[in-house]
Amino acid sequence: MIWNINKETMDREQMRVLQGKRLQKLVTYVYHNLPFYRNKMQEIGITPADIHGIDDIINLPFTTKQDLRDNYPYGLVSAPHSQIVRIHASSGTTGNPTICAYTRHDLTVWQESVSRCLGAFGLTREDTMSVAYGYGLFTGGLGLHYGVENYGATVVPASTGNTEKHIRLIRDLGITAIACTPSYALYLSETMRKMGITRSELKLHIAALGAEPWTENMRQEIQEQLGVKAYNIYGLSEICGPGVSYECECQNGSHIVEDHFYPEIINPITCEPMGYGEKGELVFTTLTKDGMPLLRYRTKDLTSLINEPCPCGRTSVRMTPIMGRSDDMLIIRGINVFPSQVESVILSMKEFEPYYMITVDRVNNLDTIEVQVEVRDGYYSDDINEMICLKKKLQNHLKSVLSIKAEIKLVEPNSIERAQGKAKHVNDKRKL
Amino acid sequence: MTIKQVSVFLENKAGRTQQIAQLLANKNIDILAFSLADSSEFGILRLIVDDTEKAAQTLKDAGIAVILTDVIRIDLPNKTGYLAHLLKYLQENGISIEYMYALQGDGFCSTIIRPYHLEACKDILNNYK
Repeated sequence: MIWNINKETMDREQMRVLQGKRLQKLVTYVYHNLPFYRNKMQEIGITPADIHGIDDIINLPFTTKQDLRDNYPYGLVSAPHSQIVRIHASSGTTGNPTICAYTRHDLTVWQESVSRCLGAFGLTREDTMSVAYGYGLFTGGLGLHYGVENYGATVVPASTGNTEKHIRLIRDLGITAIACTPSYALYLSETMRKMGITRSELKLHIAALGAEPWTENMRQEIQEQLGVKAYNIYGLSEICGPGVSYECECQNGSHIVEDHFYPEIINPITCEPMGYGEKGELVFTTLTKDGMPLLRYRTKDLTSLINEPCPCGRTSVRMTPIMGRSDDMLIIRGINVFPSQVESVILSMKEFEPYYMITVDRVNNLDTIEVQVEVRDGYYSDDINEMICLKKKLQNHLKSVLSIKAEIKLVEPNSIERAQGKAKHVNDKRKL
Repeated sequence: MTIKQVSVFLENKAGRTQQIAQLLANKNIDILAFSLADSSEFGILRLIVDDTEKAAQTLKDAGIAVILTDVIRIDLPNKTGYLAHLLKYLQENGISIEYMYALQGDGFCSTIIRPYHLEACKDILNNYK
């Protein structure tokens, strides 16, 4: 179902006009309300009067995560505090946390965006969605929660943790849809097997997965294990939270809510704008936000944009699956390696569980990469040679994809941490 | 005679073998024989126990990777030359051995053999005197 026919199927040219008007209004607003942006714009000599349409966006300054940290806590909040009704915050594991402040209007836009996602995933008001993102400072839980309520379906705020109880609720309440991270979806199916609950006992058939990059192989695995159709939901708290883009039934790129969040792709090194279909860093401008609007926020997510009609009828620009983050990319012996490449190889091999941990180190000035994997039950052998062959098989397969040789370490069942939130896949021990 | 052997995949970590022995001890499972094969980073512990099903379940419940394998147990008199005689017989009949170890108890002595071709080995042993 298309939740907002008017916006989601809007004529491309009309959309650009709308985006242009909203951009002009936004730039005027931040110029007059935020010294941070006024200073940045004055430095490069532009004023709100220089913005005539959406194409002029390329003349505006960028915003980075570091800007958010440097201006912690309230330096980028442009609405008066009396207008702010909610604040979320990032974990801040590497320095100051970053905060996101929302006005009532911002929350309404967020709910609208999530509602568009739910429509595209095929939910109806008869559906019950369990939200297994963390509730709290993280935007995943509350973001989905109010979106489902706004949509008119039933929400079960399961949050993370207590997975066995959650599975019993999915079965007993006849829960039809779940929102969680892809790694948690796999963990759910593994826990179900341990509990002896089969997917035929559940009514679950829709999974809205996001908050971490995932591959097509992982989608196939989850769809098979859980008996669901698995859809990507993309978002980041700086822009609003989950709901910035979403897959439709075609599962071919995520439709961006571009009347509110304008996307661009730039070269992550030169910052030059890039065209449709070109891979680069995703940048968003929050066209309609009041609380903490951002101009050209650099997400560090690497993807490309598709500007072609989608068979589902939506006209919005789509983004391809995130190929990694520019800061997730590992440079090993001079070769670029993304954890997602390792993931796609492991998930394509039935001999291994869909969990892995990459350890990078530097020994005698040479980078080393080790991948830990668990052998799947039924593929263990009593024969040392067969186990070594299994290792070699994965090693060769990885080498053909990564172009470098990774050491493989077979570890005991359940020894790789099962993530309930975002999975941690890399441990880089190099002291550079 | 064919018997079931419990094989356990172990990472090369301090105390891992002790933990397995402890888990079995806690359930009163008697280990009759064992052998430990290792590579640089993982090992396979092979066990003959008095209650195979219970041992396998106990280890599985503890989240350990368990494989049940068929092996051949051959009882031999505990006297000089019998093992040499048996191995010569197997060799002459083209049986290759993947691994083997001993099982010894009060008044008996056995050899546990895992041949590359289990059925062929069983047939040949039927005619062993």
